[in-house]
Amino acid sequence: MRTVADLKIGEKGVIVSFSDELLSLKLLEMGCLPGTQVTMTHIAPFGDPIAVKVSGYVLSMRKDEASTIVVA
Amino acid sequence: MKKSPKIALIGNPNAGKSSLFNSLTGLRQKTGNFPGVTMDKLIGKWNLETGTEAEILDLPGIYSIYPKSVDEQVVINILANPQHPDYPDMAIVVADASNLKRNLLLFSQVRDLGIPTVLALNMIDVAENSGIVINSFKLAKELNVEVAEVNAKKGIGLNGLRLAVNKTLEQRFNSNDSLPVEYSPELIDEIKEQYGDTDDYHALLWLSEHDNLKQFNTEQRVGFDKLQEKYGWNSQKFQAQETVSRYAVLNEIVDGCLHQIPVEDEPVKTWTDRLDKVFLHQFWGYFVFLGILFVMFQAVFTWAAYPQDLIDNGVAWLNQYLKDTLPESQLVNLLTDGLIAGIGGVVVFVPQIVFLFLFISLLEETGYMSRVMFIMDKLMRRFGLNGKSVVPLISGVACAVPAIMSTRSIGSWKDRLITIMVTPLMSCSARLPIYTVLIALVVPEKSTLFGIFSLQGVALFGLYLLGFGMAILSAWILKVLLKAKERSYFIMELPSYKGPRFKHIMISLLNSTKAFVFEAGKIIVAISIVLWVMASYGPGNAMQEAEQKVKTENPTLTGADLENKIAAQKLESSYAGHFGKVLEPAIKPLGYDWKIGIALLTSFAAREVFVGTMSTIYSLGGEVDDENTTVMNRMRAEINPETGKPMYDAALGFSLMIFYAFAMQCMSTLATTYRETKSWRYPAIQLVYMTTLAYLSAFIVYQLLK
Repeated sequence: MRTVADLKIGEKGVIVSFSDELLSLKLLEMGCLPGTQVTMTHIAPFGDPIAVKVSGYVLSMRKDEASTIVVA
Repeated sequence: MKKSPKIALIGNPNAGKSSLFNSLTGLRQKTGNFPGVTMDKLIGKWNLETGTEAEILDLPGIYSIYPKSVDEQVVINILANPQHPDYPDMAIVVADASNLKRNLLLFSQVRDLGIPTVLALNMIDVAENSGIVINSFKLAKELNVEVAEVNAKKGIGLNGLRLAVNKTLEQRFNSNDSLPVEYSPELIDEIKEQYGDTDDYHALLWLSEHDNLKQFNTEQRVGFDKLQEKYGWNSQKFQAQETVSRYAVLNEIVDGCLHQIPVEDEPVKTWTDRLDKVFLHQFWGYFVFLGILFVMFQAVFTWAAYPQDLIDNGVAWLNQYLKDTLPESQLVNLLTDGLIAGIGGVVVFVPQIVFLFLFISLLEETGYMSRVMFIMDKLMRRFGLNGKSVVPLISGVACAVPAIMSTRSIGSWKDRLITIMVTPLMSCSARLPIYTVLIALVVPEKSTLFGIFSLQGVALFGLYLLGFGMAILSAWILKVLLKAKERSYFIMELPSYKGPRFKHIMISLLNSTKAFVFEAGKIIVAISIVLWVMASYGPGNAMQEAEQKVKTENPTLTGADLENKIAAQKLESSYAGHFGKVLEPAIKPLGYDWKIGIALLTSFAAREVFVGTMSTIYSLGGEVDDENTTVMNRMRAEINPETGKPMYDAALGFSLMIFYAFAMQCMSTLATTYRETKSWRYPAIQLVYMTTLAYLSAFIVYQLLK
């Protein structure tokens, strides 16, 4: 399963589902909806956290959080 | 219409809520506290039409009505409870037009709570720049509310907003009758039966968030738990479903009202992209961050010095002038040596506080602070902290009280607790005057490092680094000690960079400086007066005896020399002198005498009293010549009676600096820790560990440098 954590800088993906129920609400509220495109924009100096462009703005999250967002 | 309707400003963080608040109310705003919590409540006045003045309430930014951290709970505690004193008559939801869908999620929730709502569309220019055109007339029709286009930063569109608000206040507000999510009507009926009549959405909100709502007592919460069990209710699932269905509705509406002009696949690089290339870089990112901090401290030390010298000399001049012109009496002495010396001790560090607050609010305003969180998160996590701990730690440089309150945005309790425990180790602005005096005493003024940085500035920077280092170290120890396994998360927006809004910065600068001066000032003035009394009177007729003793022991002395000797002897025989003497054996290993002992005692409740105490103690040293009018000069002239050398040498100076860097001498901070942790255990631990740390470190420093 490919997740947001696997994206390289500049790479795009479309959100399919979430593997963590607790986090999914927060992610939904922040505009990460199934069917939305995400683009990896930044990876912090030590590889974590990361930032993605989604719904027209930049959202940062930790790598383990990104790995709960399944993309295609 | 009500004479003075209460209007709440609600919106996502970074949607321009605070800008709109400042544009609407200008300087007609005051800070207060929300009942039961210590978070600042900003209220302002806005003229709606002749005779009607609305009360505008600026609420913390939220993404939805379901709170994820303590600061978000403040908002929902108001909105969930129609009996709450701050429950608004209507709401203005501020939405960022460039990110409409996400912003409308919150809007639709607020509207479904039955609060008459106006939508203020902000940042339309930003949206247009990325090719988004919004038909706000159609949007208003689809959403069935008044929509006003505003530019909050420039204050454009406020008349349109006023019209929309007036219209909404006059009409009966039609809230949405049907919620976009399914639920059992029997469950709703049972809630209404047990907890009072309300609309369905309030009932559902109570059911799913009852643990976070202060309006319910333990018994009522248990009742909700039973209902949840009976109906197999899962709040998480319900809220996720609700969010998805709301988006489904909003998708359709937004698609009908929004026109996206296609932009090329590779959009032009924006300023934010370019700046982030540097600020988030694995080397330059940290370099820039350290550089900004370094400049901040150099500036605070050198720029603030000019107004500070003026204030310092002004106070000394005023004191001398009053002494010379007014008839000599105890009352005049209380005024000059007690009150004015004490107030002078507060006012003199206002310039430095202003500069610190200025830098911190600039970093927050421009959006740079969230980049710092981003590059620091992984490093901070190693020490049991969180990227979001950076803001409290940096704000701690100004004052630990707002810094500890700003930990509310940290979602995880463990991360938050550790941040609260170590933040007071950051050198706050109250330590600054102590550092300033001591550094000026023991570090030569003219020396430089590499010929550009003043050695005094470097010493100051070193003290701040030391405080930070100790905070990090303590956090690491706490992380090992606290076993709680809890998930912390770091899902946050990286806003695009914005130019600072000077009006906004000036207003917040004014508010925070005012609060600081009056809060700290009250304590300092009170302690100064008590101290003056304690230093001017002694047990029995000790004061007369002291004078007699000096006169008989030094029969040849006359004039100023005699006066000085008498004053010194009197201070030693006073109540304050006795206190200092009692303390002396305990602090002797740190290099302190009984005079410093007095200062340690008085600054126990508020460390900023140290300089004021020093001024008072050394003012009582009797008549002084023109060159010795400021505290610093008097301290410099002090001679150690045992060695015959200047009292304030490097060993004592640094020992004192280290002591004040680590010691927990702030009642307000302890009180804040208590309020935020709801337990006396944590402030008690804070007091004990920091005082022990201060004593041991000062001991080591003094013994090494002696």
